[in-house]
Amino acid sequence: MAQEIIEVPITGKIISVDTNVGDEVQEGDVICFIESMKMENPILAPVNGKITDIQVAVGEVVETGKVIAIIEY
Amino acid sequence: MFGLFETGFGELTWGSIVMIAIGCVLLYLGIAKKMEPLLLVPIGFGVILVNLPLGGLMETIVGGQVVDSYAINGEPVGIISRIFRYGLSWEIIPVFIFLGLGAMTDFGPLIANPKTLILGAGAQFGVYFAFFIALLIGNAFPDLVNIGIEEACSIGIIGGADGPTTVYLTNKLAPHFIGATAVAAYTYMALVPIIQPPIIRLLTTKAERKIYMKPQLRPVSRKEKLFFPLIASIIIILLVPKSAPLVGMFMLGNLLFVCGVTDRLADTAANAFMNVLTVLLGVCVGCFMSAEAFLKVESLIVFGLGVVAFAASTAFGVLLAKFMNLFSKEKINPMIGAAGVSAVPMAARVVQRMGQKENPRNFLLMHAMGPNIAGVIGTATAAGIFLGMVG
Repeated sequence: MAQEIIEVPITGKIISVDTNVGDEVQEGDVICFIESMKMENPILAPVNGKITDIQVAVGEVVETGKVIAIIEY
Repeated sequence: MFGLFETGFGELTWGSIVMIAIGCVLLYLGIAKKMEPLLLVPIGFGVILVNLPLGGLMETIVGGQVVDSYAINGEPVGIISRIFRYGLSWEIIPVFIFLGLGAMTDFGPLIANPKTLILGAGAQFGVYFAFFIALLIGNAFPDLVNIGIEEACSIGIIGGADGPTTVYLTNKLAPHFIGATAVAAYTYMALVPIIQPPIIRLLTTKAERKIYMKPQLRPVSRKEKLFFPLIASIIIILLVPKSAPLVGMFMLGNLLFVCGVTDRLADTAANAFMNVLTVLLGVCVGCFMSAEAFLKVESLIVFGLGVVAFAASTAFGVLLAKFMNLFSKEKINPMIGAAGVSAVPMAARVVQRMGQKENPRNFLLMHAMGPNIAGVIGTATAAGIFLGMVG
């Protein structure tokens, strides 16, 4: 199994987390939304796989590079 | 009609009815479609107000006679014609809007990746492209339309997709065009998400649109942010002196924002003051659009060429980015070139959305903000070049 680590691409605030640990996701599915620069930015799954870890919570202010989630595929 | 006072019904003309309908369309686009509502709502309402007869909002005295519409050489007496005179003809409003824009702008992405400055400048080719086409049309059909070099400048600048710059330049060079160019500029700014994607797709391959760019731009220190507005104003204004009002105010606003000791001023410039100016600008531009001033062939040309200008700017930005890729080792995603038009942040957002769709790993927003902000400086500078050339 390979792992894909999804990191925060832009400093901002997590306004929703749209997946749960254990979910099967398809490439392009929304993992969470980050509000930054007055925009709601979706963070998408880069691969098909299974979410094994989510490290952010709604309301959290996140810096670039922080891990959002890990997908195994 | 009723003996005691005069009503407006008898004075309604077909032209004013058409203009009232146009005002309603602008209101609809602003309110229902949320297209640039902060501007289209006051503009649309202004159009309706000024086309209701006998209101006298734009009354001006010319040679001892009161006329109903704004006249540049007259004495303004209507309430809006006075605001128009002192706010727009004197160029106060657009220039101070730039102060507010500066106080809202984070130059960080541009400083982190200065290469993007070139993209912001490259997109301005569209401005000159449309300028030449407008000039050609004006020369080819001198009986049909009255487009000389001044009018061509104000049509071309629409390609920069920058409202206040368009208003500023048009007012200086071709004030009779101000209604059409301002509405065209603000409408096209709102239409960025519709106009840009097909052009970007046409000029790039799927593989190019998928090009991955690392999200992490290098962190920008406070000192860099502090010196940027200072150094940029000195260089740009020495190069293009006539850009001093717009670029100067833009950079002053930014200095207030980044210097850390004038937060109160930056906050007011970016919010309360900006809102006041926006209402005044919107109402003035709307009230300028009386039937006599707006229902002309030239207005159609302005709208038609405005979209050409805007499309050309997008295309030049993308092509320049592809050209830069020929020489650089680390490839940039050519879509960020399209963000070189100054519709901030709409253009950057379009690029972000398209990039993410092609490649879910990509997050181009910050990369696109660089050219986007550079585009604002670029358009203001292009306006300065036109003024130096013609004004």
